Amino acid sequence: MSVPLEHDYIGLSDASSLERSSESSNISSDNVTNNVFNLKATELSLGLPGFGKISEENATKFGPVIKNYMSGAKRGFSDVNFNGSEKWGLKGGSEADLCKGIDGVFEKNQTQQLISSSDVKPVEVEKKGPVSENGSVPPSAKAQVVGWPPIRSFRKNTMATNLSKNHTDVAEGSLGAGGCLYVKVSMDGAPYLRKIDLKIYHNYAELSKALEKMFSCFTIGQCTSNGIKGQGLTESKLKNLLHGSECVLTYEDKDGDWMLVGDVPWKMFIDSCKRLRIMKGSEAIGLAPRSMEKCKNRN
Amino acid sequence: MAYSFPEEVLEHVFSFLASQKDRNAVSLVCKTWYEMERWCRKRIFVGNCYAVNPRIMIRRFPEVKSVELKGKPHFADFNLVPEGWGGCVYPWIVEIARGYPWLEEIRLKRMVVTDESLELISKSFKNFKVLILSSCEGFSTDGLAAIAANCRNLRVLDLRECEVEELSGHWLSHFPDSFTSLESLNMACLSYEVSFSALERLVSRSSNLKTLRLNRNVPIEKLSILLQRAPQLVDFGTGAYSSEIRSDTYSSLAEAFSGCKKLKSLSGFWDVVPAYLPAVYSVCSQLTSLNLSYATTQSPDLSKILGQCHNLQRLVVLDYIEDTGLDTVAMSCKDLRELVVFPSDPFVADANVLLTEQGLVSVSEGCSKLQSVLYFCRQMSNSALISISKNRPNLTCFRCCILEPRAPDYLTFEPLDVGFGSIVENCKQLTRLSMSGLLTDRVFEYIGTHAKKLDMLSIAFAGDSDLGLHHVLSGCESLRKLEIRDCPFGDKALLANTSKLETMRSLWMSSCSVSFGACKLLGQKMPRLNVEVIDERENLDSIAEDAHVEKVYIYRTVSGQRPDMPDFVRTMGKDNHEVYNLS
Repeated sequence: MSVPLEHDYIGLSDASSLERSSESSNISSDNVTNNVFNLKATELSLGLPGFGKISEENATKFGPVIKNYMSGAKRGFSDVNFNGSEKWGLKGGSEADLCKGIDGVFEKNQTQQLISSSDVKPVEVEKKGPVSENGSVPPSAKAQVVGWPPIRSFRKNTMATNLSKNHTDVAEGSLGAGGCLYVKVSMDGAPYLRKIDLKIYHNYAELSKALEKMFSCFTIGQCTSNGIKGQGLTESKLKNLLHGSECVLTYEDKDGDWMLVGDVPWKMFIDSCKRLRIMKGSEAIGLAPRSMEKCKNRN
Repeated sequence: MAYSFPEEVLEHVFSFLASQKDRNAVSLVCKTWYEMERWCRKRIFVGNCYAVNPRIMIRRFPEVKSVELKGKPHFADFNLVPEGWGGCVYPWIVEIARGYPWLEEIRLKRMVVTDESLELISKSFKNFKVLILSSCEGFSTDGLAAIAANCRNLRVLDLRECEVEELSGHWLSHFPDSFTSLESLNMACLSYEVSFSALERLVSRSSNLKTLRLNRNVPIEKLSILLQRAPQLVDFGTGAYSSEIRSDTYSSLAEAFSGCKKLKSLSGFWDVVPAYLPAVYSVCSQLTSLNLSYATTQSPDLSKILGQCHNLQRLVVLDYIEDTGLDTVAMSCKDLRELVVFPSDPFVADANVLLTEQGLVSVSEGCSKLQSVLYFCRQMSNSALISISKNRPNLTCFRCCILEPRAPDYLTFEPLDVGFGSIVENCKQLTRLSMSGLLTDRVFEYIGTHAKKLDMLSIAFAGDSDLGLHHVLSGCESLRKLEIRDCPFGDKALLANTSKLETMRSLWMSSCSVSFGACKLLGQKMPRLNVEVIDERENLDSIAEDAHVEKVYIYRTVSGQRPDMPDFVRTMGKDNHEVYNLS
């Protein structure tokens, strides 16, 4: 059994791990090649993705070595070619042959050599989180893994409200104590809804960007909260709003009223937002000019 | 064979067979028995709504009174299945409305239920009695209003952790004044206030009411009124259990509880104020089920209650209970069968409470009837797991979630293979297992070797290679549901065990190393498996064969491809004309 690798929280192993494991498989690489080639007799080809750690030197028949994978959101893909059913010999051979062959592969003494440890997948981090390009996570916050720990949304949302009541000192912009808060997002005319976790974002701009990605046509039709400088809508943006895509973002608050997103401070917004709705078309007209008025008054 | 039993006699004998498994076995004996059994089967359970279509079901079983369906895969509970994947019940309701006009019961789990479906249910079945929706979504309070208004013989309306679009609280008022048959009402998942006077009148005229689970919005001051109207209650869920302490509220509540001589199950307790907890002391010794998992109370207050619950069989609680509270449980609740401990603050790195593996070891020592465990904790050790397995070889369900993925044995820093291996080796009746922590292929070898009765297995962030998956698929004879996330399992094990997959209900794999090509091959080779690739990247059709799929959901079916797939789902390896064989 090989030494467990060190992982940072989201499970990325560092680049040197691949070299380390290649080393250990190289020790018995001759055995590897021999055992691997013997399987030809059962008509199984080994042109399969993810088949152990075959070092570069022996990779001639089997394609280049499995690529290292680094970044958080996307997994690395094996470069080994998969040419479909012919290589499996499934058309000719029976399933008994197939199993025999596989059992041959999986015989204990072979596996130590063939399959060395570090094929560890990086944990799928939420794609919309504050993760920088190279996959690192700001040290203060704990990266949230989608669907982990396995707790149902109903309980998560209930506990989130409990916790926000208990924590008097909620740090700005931290993922901290609140857990997550999934709300539904509907867009008029879209065939189905989406869900987003509001706790991932820190301000309206981040939310807007994320929603923009999710739904193609979209504009936030209001000013941002007081106190955040430099993020108010410019004159030109407001003009675009009026003459442009006519999308308005609204939310349903705890009282069941539909409100325009952006009027209240961010923290207050996520405490009271129950769901989001992107209004389009004729319903949206008439809301935008109001916000323009508000902006004018504030500025 | 000269003669056989008269049909009437056989039919009478069959009527004693409740379990679907037994009835399935009986129907395979001979054609006569098949025919007889199918005419007298009254309850149907469909574990995967896409495994069969309603017309097949109705054609074979014409006299059904109760239908139970499950939709989305289990991991949908944790947001791993994208919205819009499927599981819509409407097509089933349409067919059932036509085929079973005398249907009495519908139970749905993880399905998308629209208001349209609820309205159709409310108008189609004259003798409709039981509606249980568990983890369902897609409907609003308008749908509930339709049920309330039209189902004259309704006995059970049970909404378990559903996501309901709440337009108002008026739905409850739609129950007509002449409606008196209600036996069970669970509206705990709703948040809007319902009219209290309507609720009070409903409770008063429902003399058969046994279960009443209120929502958060019913204030504590009103509870005593309801309990006085329904002292026959067996199962009661409070609303928010908090307000400023008032002695008259407290005393009337305590008195009301003491009047409920039949009360066996308590739940609710949102926003609990500890000073009100003693009001339930008078019923503690009667309780067989107690759910305090929304009560943010500390251990001492919990211990005071639990110390009196000598007949408790089921306990659901937050980790506020701590090891000391679980010691109390181990000493006082000798009849305990099921323990569930949820985390209070799972996203904080450091422990906020003193709950460790010791609490579970303690309960396993003290509670000899313990069968089912769901335990969230921050640390675990092989020695603790071994102790638990030796203390409780009668465990049937063991789910242990260590909050940090891939956490090793905190004492030795080794993987937890030996510990979980011990669980499967000693607990020979184990039917359900969920593992966590640092696990290598070795644990799967143990599972494949020992877990012969295992029916459902959940794996996350575990294993080293396809060998792990191969051990499970080739060794676990009784396995029907397997769900895997973030494990380095790829094509080999899958393709080496294709016939196993047809003996299972379903296999879920997400963030693993399964390739598109393998999925296609599997789908082509196995016509009675739907290999659904769920992938939200763009251009699904132009992704390379050796690229890894995001998620794959493989399930057996006699119904072909389903016709309601969204664009991020593909059934691999099937020709287009094989869609949804309705005949």
